[in-house]
Amino acid sequence: MKAGSRLEKILSSGQFAVTGELGPPRGADVEVIKKKAEHLRGMVDSINVTDNQTSVVRMCSMAVCKLLLEMGLEPNLQMTCRDRNRIAIQSDLLGAYALGIKNVLCLSGDHNKFGDHPQAKNVFDIDSMQLIQTVKQMRDDGKLLSGQECEGVPKFFIGAAVNPFGDPFDFRPIRLAKKVAAGVDFIQTQCIYNMDKFREYMKRVVDMGLAEKCYILAGITPLKSLGMARYMARFVPGLDVPDYYLKRLAGVEKKKQAEEGIKIAVEQIQEIREIEGVAGIHLMAIEWEHKVPEIIKAAGLYPRPEVE
Amino acid sequence: MVVAERKPIKEILAMMADYKKILLVGCKGCVTVCCAGGTKEVGILASALRIAKKKEGKPFEVIEKTLERQCDPEYIEQVAPIVEGEGVEAILSMACSVGPQYLAKRYNVPVYPALNTTFIGGSLEHGVWAEFCQACGNCIIHYFGGICPIARCSKSLLNGPCGGSAGGKCEVSPEIDCAWHLIYERMKALGKLDELTKIFPIKDWSTSRDGGPRKVVREDMKL
Repeated sequence: MKAGSRLEKILSSGQFAVTGELGPPRGADVEVIKKKAEHLRGMVDSINVTDNQTSVVRMCSMAVCKLLLEMGLEPNLQMTCRDRNRIAIQSDLLGAYALGIKNVLCLSGDHNKFGDHPQAKNVFDIDSMQLIQTVKQMRDDGKLLSGQECEGVPKFFIGAAVNPFGDPFDFRPIRLAKKVAAGVDFIQTQCIYNMDKFREYMKRVVDMGLAEKCYILAGITPLKSLGMARYMARFVPGLDVPDYYLKRLAGVEKKKQAEEGIKIAVEQIQEIREIEGVAGIHLMAIEWEHKVPEIIKAAGLYPRPEVE
Repeated sequence: MVVAERKPIKEILAMMADYKKILLVGCKGCVTVCCAGGTKEVGILASALRIAKKKEGKPFEVIEKTLERQCDPEYIEQVAPIVEGEGVEAILSMACSVGPQYLAKRYNVPVYPALNTTFIGGSLEHGVWAEFCQACGNCIIHYFGGICPIARCSKSLLNGPCGGSAGGKCEVSPEIDCAWHLIYERMKALGKLDELTKIFPIKDWSTSRDGGPRKVVREDMKL
């Protein structure tokens, strides 16, 4: 055991893992978090807390992770390199571990151009690859980047993201290999819609022996409506939504689109479970946390396993 | 070269609101090459200011001068007779921001920048310039097929394209090429893809602006 988090225990015991996601509010309201989190209780093994996703200012990930811990839920701290230099990153990692956070997801971060503060100065002192290395060095060598020994070693289960649909496609498995070499323990992928392309990606990843060296959780985001599907297809860079899903959603009346979107997500999960090298799913029900129980149950992933 | 572009005329007019006689100084260096502050642009801006002031019914005199460079004290010295002998109330510089700072250091009159200094770059086609260097102080482009990921990747990533790279374009804008896509294609063409499988270590930014304002000292050239 590297960190002994619930997520690590489930993955290392060979059970199919389910992680969820919680987007913090654009304000200080704790009730919003509690409400969202309750929908996820018992449905997922660990909850990712996003770090000012799409560069929109929200309550900080670490504080929300702590609130989840107080609720008896396991958080996964998302950390980006966009807003912190190596000083702040290491400091935050030490603080997060001291609060009881055991999972960390290392990200470069969405560019601030997209968010609510496009005028901000960004940081990008280190990149996501180097962030993985940093967390690993702190955990395995007990040392900060400066070489200073940690007074109390933060033992994190180290995660990272991959986008199998980003270009150049041929470089994506190589980039994953680099993340494995950097020391990643688990991977959560970008939202998958193009299943054929994901299968091709996983085939390459398995052939390279990477699926044995890290746990890969396939990213699923249920489509709430045709409008959302169109938005994802057109405006989210690096996302691949095939036309047949758009047509399928367009083929049902508007009030039944949500239901159809859930059907699609459940089908995807079932297909994904058959793909070699996939160790679990990462369910990102964006502002749709209350639908998570329905999806998890329909996909046959409930109840979640108990861990000691 | 240092690439710059002229500030909007409205902003420059606001700077000049209280003056009746100014010196407008161009530069024959980088800003002449990127068509922002050479002799020609000095002439155009001087005319624009005169017309605008005339419209407002305010007397206004512009003395035009373009120096070899504005980043060397010896050339800055050349306008001393004008500044000190002709009652100039202010200096408007059309150099990169080094120029107005040199002028301000030398002369006891207010100095204004007519340009926005944008980046270190080159021309892509007639009338288009792009950024190529961020002056990090420790060049590493040879590891990336001669393409700088620090200046040309929106996130200055050193280990491959982020998830937002699509069709060779950056997630920030379809107008921006994904530097990592370019690096990948270039390294592939060179038969050096293997080099991109290695993790590029954390960069030492102390040679960049992060180490404080920088200075280059060449002992062999000192007099």
